[in-house]
Amino acid sequence: MIQDKLDTGYLVETPEAIELSARLAGPVPRVLAYAMDFTIRTIVLLVIGLTFAFWGNTGIAVILLISFFIEWLYPVVFEVLRNGQTPGKKALGLAVVNDDLTPVTWSTSLVRNLLRAADFLPVGYAFGLVCMISNSRFQRLGDLAAGSLVIYRQAADKRAADLPDVPSQTPPLILNLEDQVAFTGFAQRHKQLSESRKEELATILEPLTQKSGGAAVRYVQGVGAWLLGRRQ
Amino acid sequence: MKQELFEVQHAPLWEKLESELAEKKPRDTQFPQNFRTVCHHLALAKHRRYSPQLVDRLNALVIDAHHRFYQKNRRFRYQWLDFIVFEFPLAIRRNARFVLLALALFTLPLLVMGIGCYNNNELIYSVAPAEQVQSFESMYDPDAEKIGRERDSETDLAMFGFYIKNNIGVSFRTFAGGILFGVGSIFFLVFNGLSIGSVAGHLTQMGYTSTFYPFVVGHGAFELTAIVFSGAAGMKLGYALIAPGTLSRLDALRVAGRETVIIVYGSTLMLIIAAFLEAFWSSSAALPVAVKYSVGGCLWALVTIYFLFAGRAR
Repeated sequence: MIQDKLDTGYLVETPEAIELSARLAGPVPRVLAYAMDFTIRTIVLLVIGLTFAFWGNTGIAVILLISFFIEWLYPVVFEVLRNGQTPGKKALGLAVVNDDLTPVTWSTSLVRNLLRAADFLPVGYAFGLVCMISNSRFQRLGDLAAGSLVIYRQAADKRAADLPDVPSQTPPLILNLEDQVAFTGFAQRHKQLSESRKEELATILEPLTQKSGGAAVRYVQGVGAWLLGRRQ
Repeated sequence: MKQELFEVQHAPLWEKLESELAEKKPRDTQFPQNFRTVCHHLALAKHRRYSPQLVDRLNALVIDAHHRFYQKNRRFRYQWLDFIVFEFPLAIRRNARFVLLALALFTLPLLVMGIGCYNNNELIYSVAPAEQVQSFESMYDPDAEKIGRERDSETDLAMFGFYIKNNIGVSFRTFAGGILFGVGSIFFLVFNGLSIGSVAGHLTQMGYTSTFYPFVVGHGAFELTAIVFSGAAGMKLGYALIAPGTLSRLDALRVAGRETVIIVYGSTLMLIIAAFLEAFWSSSAALPVAVKYSVGGCLWALVTIYFLFAGRAR
């Protein structure tokens, strides 16, 4: 029960009966991303203000137009053209998506960002924050009306690159997920375990593999490497 | 089937699909079929408990392909024309109830305040501070050399920027306020009605009609209607929360959101036109008043006819 309420996983089933999953982003990273965007916008405005301030009326026109765009359309343009990520969201690994986990469109992004004006009320995004923490998908008012979500963009798993230098071994039988995790974990943690501990662990499988000591370590690491995609 | 054999058999297809998805525009007519095949592979890989890394790889591939396959139509070529001729006026007429309500919420305070300020030259100070009233008075003083804000044509461009930033900002806020059960939109409509009405009434009472009305008549056709439309769109959002009908409140809100965004696009377009007119046409003092009135009248007629009749053919 409580776990359901605390779970930030989000699943959508596609017409192909494939489940897409994502992890919802809570208020804290979103506030940080906003703060970052706000800083960037302020700096850009300052730079533009100082550059065009001496251009007379044309300069004023440019400053006003750009400040309008930055105030209202900065997030929209980034979200639609940059894969759901403003610079601040990108820095924190967040992204905006439609609630069927497809990329945001102009309309979705425009609605959620225009309604910022309502989320901001009465002061400092109070409505937005209250709304965000009182619904299970962390949507603020703008997200509710647009049907959008803020999720974590999964970064590619880099651990797979750092594997022990052993020939890969085809697993002798089909392993269930738990066993696979044990093998891959063993291979991935080769630098954190001492030699004797590795041998001790690998030798546990001796009744099955008929190997012990260094040979057993290399064999088990080989199976782990194979499971992680190495084929040689 | 062992995982290794499975990978050897199907890897060429996955790689082909991956490289295809990396390009901006896939041209392979086999794409839908390949997409479904890879979905099948993912299901098999999960079922047979192949390694999580393989499942992850296939899952990532399927998600990418899914996004490509179901992406929303982003073609832009004739869409804007379709929008202007059909979508926008149709959306306004579909939501005639909200538009009329917004119109009433805007014009009634405007009329009341206009008549009030016309009859009582103190009343305007109840809504505007004295300095502001004074600046209005000097702006439209017929004896002054220029009308509008103190300006010559060089400032037109700067004023264009100001009108864009200010007026479209007001319109966006009028829309956004609607999500608070409509209260925000109603507030902005009434507030704008009151302030515009008070200025109009006060200046009429002072006898500044030859400067004020020719100035506002042209762009008003676009600006005032756009504000009313934004308010109507905002109230529609709020109404979806108050009376969601057979849908859940959340779904009703989203349906309303999808509909109202059309009106927001349209109002923004109208406000851009209004900003052009206000900056470069309304401000020119050289033209005779009669020309301004007749052009202004034509613009009002154009806008009215457009919203009453455009898109009927469909």
